[in-house]
Amino acid sequence: MTVTRTGPLPPGADASTYDVVVVGAGVVGCAIARTLARHPLRVALVEAADDVGDGTSKANTAILHTGFDATPGTLEARLVREGHRLLSAYAGEVGIPLEPLGALLVAWDERQQAALPRLAEKAERNGHRTTRLLSAVELRVREPHLGPGARAALEVPGEAVICPWTTTLAYATQAVRSGVDLHLNCRVEKVRPGDPYHRLVTRRGELRTRHLVNACGLHADAFDALLGREDFTVTPRRGQLLVFDKFARDLVRHILLPVPGPLGKGVLITPTVYGNVLLGPTAEDLEDKTATGTTAEGLAGLREQGGRILPALLDEEVTAVYAGLRAATGQEDYRIAAHPALRYVTVGGIRSTGLTASLAIAEHVRGLLADCGLDPGPERPLARIRMPNLGEASDRPYRDARLIAREPDFGSIVCHCERVTRGEIRSALTSTIPPGGLDGLRRRTRARGGRCQGQDCGAEVRAMVEEYGEGAR
Amino acid sequence: MNRTVDVLVVGAGPAGLAAAARLAAAGAGRVEVLERERAAGGAPRHCAGPGFGADALGRPLDGPAYARRAVRAALRAGATVRTGVSVTGWAGPLTLDVTAPTGLERVRARAVVLATGARERPRSARLVPGSRPAGVLTTGELQRTVLRFGPRAEYIGRRAVVVGGDEPVTRGAVRSLRAAGVEVAAVVSELRVRRGAFGSVPVLGGTVVTEVVGRGRPSGVAIRGEDGRTATLRCDTVVFTGDWIPDHELARARGLPLAPGTRGPATDGAFRTAEPGVFAAGNLLRGVEPAQAAAAEGRAAAVAVLERLAGRPWPLRRVPVKTEGPLRWVSPALLGPEAVPLLVRPERRLVRPVLTVAQDGVPLRRERLGGSPAPGRSLRLPPRWTTGVDPAGGPVVISAAE
Repeated sequence: MTVTRTGPLPPGADASTYDVVVVGAGVVGCAIARTLARHPLRVALVEAADDVGDGTSKANTAILHTGFDATPGTLEARLVREGHRLLSAYAGEVGIPLEPLGALLVAWDERQQAALPRLAEKAERNGHRTTRLLSAVELRVREPHLGPGARAALEVPGEAVICPWTTTLAYATQAVRSGVDLHLNCRVEKVRPGDPYHRLVTRRGELRTRHLVNACGLHADAFDALLGREDFTVTPRRGQLLVFDKFARDLVRHILLPVPGPLGKGVLITPTVYGNVLLGPTAEDLEDKTATGTTAEGLAGLREQGGRILPALLDEEVTAVYAGLRAATGQEDYRIAAHPALRYVTVGGIRSTGLTASLAIAEHVRGLLADCGLDPGPERPLARIRMPNLGEASDRPYRDARLIAREPDFGSIVCHCERVTRGEIRSALTSTIPPGGLDGLRRRTRARGGRCQGQDCGAEVRAMVEEYGEGAR
Repeated sequence: MNRTVDVLVVGAGPAGLAAAARLAAAGAGRVEVLERERAAGGAPRHCAGPGFGADALGRPLDGPAYARRAVRAALRAGATVRTGVSVTGWAGPLTLDVTAPTGLERVRARAVVLATGARERPRSARLVPGSRPAGVLTTGELQRTVLRFGPRAEYIGRRAVVVGGDEPVTRGAVRSLRAAGVEVAAVVSELRVRRGAFGSVPVLGGTVVTEVVGRGRPSGVAIRGEDGRTATLRCDTVVFTGDWIPDHELARARGLPLAPGTRGPATDGAFRTAEPGVFAAGNLLRGVEPAQAAAAEGRAAAVAVLERLAGRPWPLRRVPVKTEGPLRWVSPALLGPEAVPLLVRPERRLVRPVLTVAQDGVPLRRERLGGSPAPGRSLRLPPRWTTGVDPAGGPVVISAAE
């Protein structure tokens, strides 16, 4: 169990030889590493960025989907359905914030209204029999702040909001505590396929592995190319999102989904587990896999659409603005494939449902690795973990009298907007996988993520990073 | 732990400390000020520049010295000032929930004074597009960072663009940067700004920042002028200044109505909010006035608090006052029978405007002003402007025409 961030990889054949190397520590790669950690295998999780979950996994809509609208019969449909069940249970077990709010697909015109029964049928074919059509009057009772013109809705119970940061971090933490090596800042530049070992040339030295898993997200096609495969191309699809202040939370009770139509998927409005409201995403097909910037047109368009759905939303302050890139491959399904001759599994095209499906994808990949000749050996229990609670649905440390009595630092609020205490920041900085910087710390604690964006606490948080962070040790 | 005090003041900035000092000196009983930061004094603690009056010998005070004096005055008067103590919400009328390293408390008071101040809108709230590098700050974060770490380029960069206007906070940001050895490439302002407003620093008036560019740290900002011309300014730090929003969270958590123009809790001339016993004063009401103005409000609010403690009833009828025309806001937002001074903030520079105060369409007063009020500071209208307001009538409207 090691986490490395800098310097050469541990030298020597023993230290850098693995049974499986998973490349890419997003939510999918971390889930795979965690699943493999159940077995007596030497596993490494290798990541180009300086933190886990630093790509698509950190900038999405944070929804745990039921998969009601998946294309029936696809791998995605099956894995999302299974993943929803697995992650719901896991969230309770390790303390990932999750709120099962249910979704409403709101119809704003005749055509959308006509589409609702068809969506209900599709949901049924996907195994979801609890959807229900709501009249305009019922809808208004459920969501009194909706703008004028809402005609009807399809209610989808089971759709939930979740903390995507804690999810990824929980997988990675549990994997590392169960024996997986995590190498960050460790981009794989070359693969020299071989038998019995592939050699991976990274920026920090060489690794050897019998089996290889590509969980590179947006870069899955480029990694495939390192092994001579050209099965698909990943096109980044940008989603810009606006996070509104917590005072907007009372305006909306469900996940408000658009009814998909010929003019695109439309935008959603959803509460977050942190007590904010999210509006987005845009859907822009780009070339540049690093184009995570926002645009004036994108933000203006979101505000215009959001203002029609929930007019009062626009009166509230915007807390944060961000954009994420999802991995589109031109196929309405995942691109997961085993290449037994190469002892290699590609996990590509994991679109916006990847967070939901992650645990089911991991199980599926374990099976594919066996098809590639991996004998995982017997199963053993994983290390037990409990994640710090970032959600508003249950009590946070600043309200916990017993915790404060034991450790006064949990009664000392540093980030006032998000009510993050000194104790929480210190714990994150000294945790199994400490953050690589302020943004990683924000994803672990919410510090600096609130309405003032660090105006009040930024300097104090930096001082704590200097005191307790990796550089200080 | 449940406790009771006579007056609970939330926020130990200029307004809160001045209110507490006056209340304690007047024998209001147990007066307790709660400050969530680790030190009392409020925003002046971070402002190294002048503009904070003078001491008894006439020597000018800087922000930290002013803050120290304000804390000392409150303590000497007998108020309790507690720092590192956060008010997290309301448990009922005049009862607040508190988190401190010593534990949780529920504090009940006979009167509550909200003096939580204001913050600058950060880049995200201004919806400035682009990438999200580090090194995009507000004046507040810049000044706290310099105070904490000194001039460290890794945090505050080497070459900054400052976004703001011809107002003290923008000048404060420029001064802090230059004192820390950071070159200021330009001040960019949506409003027109007179040349030379920032000394030798170039000023780009009528210009908006359209994008922040760069990964890790900014590499520059894209700008667009009034004439539609675009350019990129190279920089590794961007400081967004001003554009105040009151820290009104506690007020809103109690459901107190806000004034539409200022987004601060609506109060009358005696700093009374909609809820009996709850007062609000200082920059919480409307973004930033100078520290001394905020302190004067704190002292005036203390007088009203004393009256309340002595049993004066909460007024039932007050009329809203609002702005029309090129005026951004007016404060206070409610008017009772007493004539009180008004603060009015113009949206842009107005040349010798004619101001009118009217109620139900009937002008109460109309005057041409001598000067040219600017958006960077408020216009203070003396009480004569609000004599004759009918507390049973309709909204009072203040308008300006050039």
